[in-house]
Amino acid sequence: MRFHYDTSYHDGQTLLRYPVGRIAYAALLLALLVVPWVLPKYYVGEMSYVFIMCIASLGLMTLVGYTGQVSLGHSAFIAIGAYTETWMLSQGVPFGPSLLIAACLSGVIGLVIGLPAIRVSGLYLAMVTLAFAILTEHTIGHWKGVTGGFNGLSVGNPVLAGFDLGGLKPFYYLCLGVLVLVLAGLLNLMRSKTGRAFMGVRDSEAAAYSLGIWVAGYKVLAFVISAMVTGLAGALLAHHVRFLTPEGFGLILSLELVLMVTIGGLGSLRGAILGAVLISMLPTFISRIKPMLPEHISKQFGLEIFVFGLVLALFVLFEPKGLNGRWIKFRTFLQTFPLYRKDMFKRGKSYMKSERYK
Amino acid sequence: MSQELAQIAQLAINGMAIGAIYALVALGLVLTYKATEVLNFAHGDVLMASSFVGWGLIVGLGWPFWLAALTTVALAAIFSWFVDARVMRQIVGQPQFAGVMLTIAIAFMLRGLVSMSFGPESRNYPTPWSGQKTEIAGVVIADLSLVIIAAALLITLVLFWFLKKTALGVAIQAASQNQLAAYLSGIRVKRVTSLVWGISGAIAAVCGLLLAPIALVDIGLWIVVLKALAAVVLGGFGSVPGAILGGLLLGVIEQFAGVYLPDGFKDAMAYLVLIGVLILWPRGLLGEAHGRRV
Amino acid sequence: MSVFEVKDVSLRFGGVQAVGNVSFTVEQGEVFAIIGPNGAGKTSMLNVITRVFDPSAGSVVFEGQDITRLPRHKIVHSGIARTFQNIELFEGGTVLDNLLLGRHRFDHGSFLAQWLWTPGVRRAEAASRAHVEDVIDLLDLMPYRNSPVAGLPYGVRKVVELARALSTQPRLLLLDEPASGLNPEETRELAFWIDDIQKDLGITVIMVEHDMSLVSEAADRVLCMNMGQVLALGSPAQVQGDPAVIAAYLGG
Repeated sequence: MRFHYDTSYHDGQTLLRYPVGRIAYAALLLALLVVPWVLPKYYVGEMSYVFIMCIASLGLMTLVGYTGQVSLGHSAFIAIGAYTETWMLSQGVPFGPSLLIAACLSGVIGLVIGLPAIRVSGLYLAMVTLAFAILTEHTIGHWKGVTGGFNGLSVGNPVLAGFDLGGLKPFYYLCLGVLVLVLAGLLNLMRSKTGRAFMGVRDSEAAAYSLGIWVAGYKVLAFVISAMVTGLAGALLAHHVRFLTPEGFGLILSLELVLMVTIGGLGSLRGAILGAVLISMLPTFISRIKPMLPEHISKQFGLEIFVFGLVLALFVLFEPKGLNGRWIKFRTFLQTFPLYRKDMFKRGKSYMKSERYK
Repeated sequence: MSQELAQIAQLAINGMAIGAIYALVALGLVLTYKATEVLNFAHGDVLMASSFVGWGLIVGLGWPFWLAALTTVALAAIFSWFVDARVMRQIVGQPQFAGVMLTIAIAFMLRGLVSMSFGPESRNYPTPWSGQKTEIAGVVIADLSLVIIAAALLITLVLFWFLKKTALGVAIQAASQNQLAAYLSGIRVKRVTSLVWGISGAIAAVCGLLLAPIALVDIGLWIVVLKALAAVVLGGFGSVPGAILGGLLLGVIEQFAGVYLPDGFKDAMAYLVLIGVLILWPRGLLGEAHGRRV
Repeated sequence: MSVFEVKDVSLRFGGVQAVGNVSFTVEQGEVFAIIGPNGAGKTSMLNVITRVFDPSAGSVVFEGQDITRLPRHKIVHSGIARTFQNIELFEGGTVLDNLLLGRHRFDHGSFLAQWLWTPGVRRAEAASRAHVEDVIDLLDLMPYRNSPVAGLPYGVRKVVELARALSTQPRLLLLDEPASGLNPEETRELAFWIDDIQKDLGITVIMVEHDMSLVSEAADRVLCMNMGQVLALGSPAQVQGDPAVIAAYLGG
């Protein structure tokens, strides 16, 4: 039975308030550090991919979960990050600065998209970003000079200060390191003034204005941060796949990202991580269980996308707060044991409210 | 007719033929949007699945075209009815985002099911008009395209008559404007809404059956819903005549872009139009403005 | 000493004149009520003051500063805060989150410092929390501090909205129908709080209100509007007895 008893104002905002949390996350970090020495090679590569997707998911969560601006086009930022990184390495820019420049260029594009996005909201923004993603894929395919078009583009090695980070183990630690840094930064940002302002913009623009929040500015800021983080993930992804083709950066990738933040639980960074882990590991999981399925189902390749749809539908219908919601319910159960009430998180009945006339 | 005029006329006719498909698909989208305020991303997949079902009946089972078509349309209508009645209704009252996500989920599941059931190869089936052309005043048009335009016209007219002149149609309009008032007026809103979804599914099936002989029975058919989205936006979101106008215009714009603009613009045109309209003229051509009272 | 002045303000929406040539002044530290039948233009007047709309004519001056064309998000920096007719709380947060957002206009560390969660940022956060706790004490919100706003009863939500406005440390408080939806007991509590706000915090209050008992009890002066025009201005008793006002409410 956990009693929440704060003795100072700092307690309310500490990230890991209780020893249990500190020990658990320390153990997790230790386990992650040890993984490359313990697990088979295939899994180390997979984990690197999961880390990269976590970073991208964090980027999208900043935009969708915190400011409520829906983007179905974030694959474009991953593409921009990936191709910029590759192009810069080919032009002789050293590895570390190349990552930063890729992220910054992605941020600039985010600014270009974010500015007109102020005037457009909700469903319309979703459509604009959708169109933007398709156009980006299209442009990559046709801009053969820079991107190699549909023939593809091979990625140079990430060499930092003479040390090749392209190997399996070094790359794993690189991705893990970037993920931890990005996560720490975003956690800090979201518990301070900017994070609160984001949530204000999401929940009530009118009230936000009246409290001095420059709504337009924060919307654009969220776009820029989101684009930069996702672009950074894209730059890392380039090194993971080593050979870029436009097909890898299409609409499906965008929708995968949106699935990650939705299933993970909108509005929480933990949700972004959980969702990313689930969605990026799902294909591996499906290929594991394929041998156990009847012959005619496992043979065709539609199973993966079917499972994606099914998982998404189940979450939207039965757990709208996503994996994070489940986590919080479970944690509350543990903390209030044995006094957990069955209906603690019961959803009230809701009626259709028209978003057209208000 | 002079050479250039003939070419322009040819482009315009081709554009209208494709545009008719866009218009019909857009029509289906607008119907469900007006009824439940959800943008049905699964619309394209119903279209795609219908073409596969049609293929299965015509080529697989050897049914005559008309019988297969009618059956497919009926199946699509029933399927869409159930999607609304059993699935979409569960999330009434939740923000719009939940609805969009759910339709995306249904789209994925349909795509997966079709892929698993039929395999990845493209295929085709014969129609009564395949391979035949007609020439009018120097302009050549495939018979199939004529059928598409005729079907679009017919469906539009029937729908207009239905919505304006019949009691059920007026009930549909009422339910989409103000659900609570419709309930209080004795309209069975749930049934009406599912009916609208069923009609939308039927229209998608017609589009799929007519589009497949041109574009092949292929999983990728679902992409036409994105073009339809551009059409809806161009015509003005939430406007039924706007969807039709937008579709026809979009088809024509694409054809002209293919000839007069550099390579690659034709495929991107729809998305450029979508972004352009939403940013510069969000109401579209015939759309309604809406704001929020504080 | 008049601290707030509205001069000849007009507001048109296309063909509709929502506010027509309205002028009034408010004295420092007084509670000024605006009443009138529905559609009189009261909320539109508030929206002009808080810059939701641009007036088609006229000016608004607060503490000598012309705020008529100020950007909407700068109003609170001038010392003006408002509540909303239909509660506009941040539904995704707790009461504390909402109130802390009221402190937004104060410095909480630079953008870079926030990413790094420097000791300076931590100090600023604690200072904000201390201010917010004062407001919570004033309005008796202690039991609800960490409750998500979404599940709270209506009366409490109204108080949270008032508390959030007070967290901005305003010198002028605009209340849009503060008593709507409150039962008589809650309305009486509200009257006491408005009194406290006026006497202890020295804040000038302008409130748009329908509830005449609250107006009679709390207001120093009353302005009655109808169809966008000023009908009467004076003490509560004067305005309520004015025949033009009575006619506007009862018709004919």
